[in-house]
Amino acid sequence: MLQIMEGSHAVAEAVKLSRPQVVSAYPITPQTHIVERLAEIVADGELDADYICVESEFSALSSCLGASAAGSRVYSATTSQGLAFMAEVVFNVAGMRLPIVMTIANRSLGAPLSIWNDQQDSLFLRDSGWMQLYAEDAQEAMDLHFIAYKAAENHEVLLPAFVCFDGFILTHTFEPVDIPKQEEIDAYLPAFNPYQRLDAKDPISFGMYATPDYYQEFRYEINAAMTRAKKVLREAGAEFGEMFGRDYSGLVEEYRLDDADTAIVAMGSVCGTIKDAVDEMRDDGKKVGLLKLRSFRPFPYEDVRTALAGVSNVAVLEKNINIGSRMLGAVGLEVKDAVYKNGTPVYSYVGGLGGRDIRRKDVKMITEWAETGRNDCFFGLREEVL
Amino acid sequence: MGIFLRELRIHGRGGQGSVTAAELIATAAFKSKIYSQAFPAFGVERRGAPVQAFVRFDDKKVRLRSQIYEPDYIIVQDSTLIGDVNVFGGMKKGGIAIINTEKEIEGVPDGVKLVKIDATSIALEILGLPIENTTLMGAFAAATGEIEIHALEESLRERFPGSLGDKNVAAAKKAYEIVKGGL
Amino acid sequence: MALNVGCSARPGNARDNKTGSWRTFRPVFDNEKCNKCGTCMMICPEVCISEDEEGYPQVDYEFCKGCGLCTEECPKDAIEMKKEEK
Repeated sequence: MLQIMEGSHAVAEAVKLSRPQVVSAYPITPQTHIVERLAEIVADGELDADYICVESEFSALSSCLGASAAGSRVYSATTSQGLAFMAEVVFNVAGMRLPIVMTIANRSLGAPLSIWNDQQDSLFLRDSGWMQLYAEDAQEAMDLHFIAYKAAENHEVLLPAFVCFDGFILTHTFEPVDIPKQEEIDAYLPAFNPYQRLDAKDPISFGMYATPDYYQEFRYEINAAMTRAKKVLREAGAEFGEMFGRDYSGLVEEYRLDDADTAIVAMGSVCGTIKDAVDEMRDDGKKVGLLKLRSFRPFPYEDVRTALAGVSNVAVLEKNINIGSRMLGAVGLEVKDAVYKNGTPVYSYVGGLGGRDIRRKDVKMITEWAETGRNDCFFGLREEVL
Repeated sequence: MGIFLRELRIHGRGGQGSVTAAELIATAAFKSKIYSQAFPAFGVERRGAPVQAFVRFDDKKVRLRSQIYEPDYIIVQDSTLIGDVNVFGGMKKGGIAIINTEKEIEGVPDGVKLVKIDATSIALEILGLPIENTTLMGAFAAATGEIEIHALEESLRERFPGSLGDKNVAAAKKAYEIVKGGL
Repeated sequence: MALNVGCSARPGNARDNKTGSWRTFRPVFDNEKCNKCGTCMMICPEVCISEDEEGYPQVDYEFCKGCGLCTEECPKDAIEMKKEEK
C-alpha cells in the first residue's frame, strides 16, 4: 500500500518486515531516525527481536558479529565516523562470512567535521568484502534490504551487505513508498538458514588464524563468493520484481541510453536529479543518458561494458574523492576499467562532497565537459582555492 | 517534463515547525492524490536561527533531489526574516507568497501574489500558543489549491491526536476561511 | 588446516600439535622441595602439567616444549631445567 513517510522510517519498516532477530546500532546523524524508529518498533512488540544498546559503533557491529555467528538474522545501521570506528569489525564480519545487512546513511568523513551527504564513507570500505548496494529513492532503499538479505544469506554467497542511501537527501525526505505486506515478505524471504553456527553443545570457532600457507586462500574464497554474488543478486532482484512489480534484476539501470552519445554514470539519489536533467537535455536535442549503478560491490563490469558499448563519452559523477590517484573518483576507476577495451574516454567529475547541493545545471555542465573532453576535475568548486 | 512540477519553500526560524509544516503539507498533498516530496534544508539549526524547508508537488513521482531555488510558492512564518533572508529569491512569475504578518510588506517581486495573514494572532486565540505553522497550512490550502482542506484536516489529526488535533484543525480552517474570503 | 568457510574450526586442534619435539631443556621436579602449591600447573602455557596421585606435579613430555616458565615461577626452586639428551 502506498504511504507517505520519511525515508528513514521506510527503511525501519523494511527492517521490521525482514524479521531480524537481533538489532544492534549506535545512533549517529543522519542514521538516527532509522534506529530510533526500530527501537520503538521493538519496544512496542511489533518486531520480536533483541535490541542491544551499546556504547559505540565498534560494539554495535561486534555484538552483531556474535549474534550472526550464533545463527540469527542481524541488522545494524551507521554512517561516516561510526562506520570508520567499526572498520576492524567490518572486515572480520566479511572474513567470517556472516550475512549481516547494515544500512549506511551515506555521510562525509571528517575532518573537517561534516554531517552532510556524500559517499566517501561506504566507498572507503570498498575492499572489505561487503556487498554495496546504492538506492536512488526511499522505495529502492526499502526494497534493497529484502534483496540484500536474500543474496547475503544464500550459501553460494555468505557475505554481508551495505544498503547505502544518501544521508538527509533520502533519510530525512518525506515521499510516497509502497510498503509490502508481512506475508508477502515472509514468502520472499524465509527464515535465516545459517550455513554453520555457534552452539555450546557442538562448539566451533569462526575466523581462526591462518598462517601464510593459508591466508591467501581465504581472500581468494571471499572474492570468488563476491563474484558469484552478481548472479545471486540478479536472481533475487528478478524474483522480487515478479512478486512485487518492481524489477531489480539489473545491477545497473539504464535511462535513455539506447542512442546516447554521452553517458553519465552515478550512484544513489543524484540519479533522480540526473534523470530530470537528461529529459531536459533530450528536449534540447542532446543525445545523453544515465547509467545508474545499483551495485558497486560486486562491480558489474560486464553490464557496464555492454551498457556503454555505443557511447562516445562517459562522465562519472563522483560523490567521493580518490585522493592521490590519477583518476579523481573511485567509481570512475572501475568504469574506466570496464570500458577499457572499447577505448571510450571516461572522466571523473567530483562534486556534492560534504552535502554540496547538486542541481540539474551541474549535470548539464559535466555533460558538456565530457563532450569536449575536459579532464577529470571537481565541479562547483569555490574559485578562491583555484 | 517539469511542466507540472510545483515547488514550495518555507522560511521560518528554528523551533517554529517549518519542517513539520513541510511534512504535513506533503502528507495532505499525498492524500489529495498528488505526488509530493518534503525535506528540510539539512543542518544543525538552533532555536531562532533562520531555517528552510521544501515541498514539491507533481502529477508523477518526484525524482529531483536538489534544493528549491525557483519556488512557485513561499510561506514566510515570521516576517522579521524579510531583510535578513532573501525570502522572495528566485520566485516564479505568477507565484504566491504567503506571509504571516499584519504589517505592510515591501519588496514583493512583480507578478508575485501576496497573501497576508495574521497567523500568530489566530494561533494565540485558538491554540493559546504562538505556534502558527498549522494555521499557515490552512492559508496555503486556500491560496494555492494544492491541498484539499479535508486532506489537511486528516493529516493534522494523524499527527496531533485528540484535542490538540481539534485545535490545530480549527486554526487551519479559520485561516483557510479568511484567505478564501479574501480571494 | 582445513579451508572451511569463514575460517571456522572445531575445538581440540591443540592436541594435534605435539610441541614436545621443540624441547631442548626439560624440567625435572624435586619432590623433596615441592610443597604442592600448583603454581607450575597454572603457569604452564601448554597446560601439560597435572597432579599425580600424591598431588605432586607430573609433566606430559609429548607437549612440554621446555619453555622453563615453571622453573622461573616455582617458589621453592624445586624445578631444574636439564639439557635434553636425544
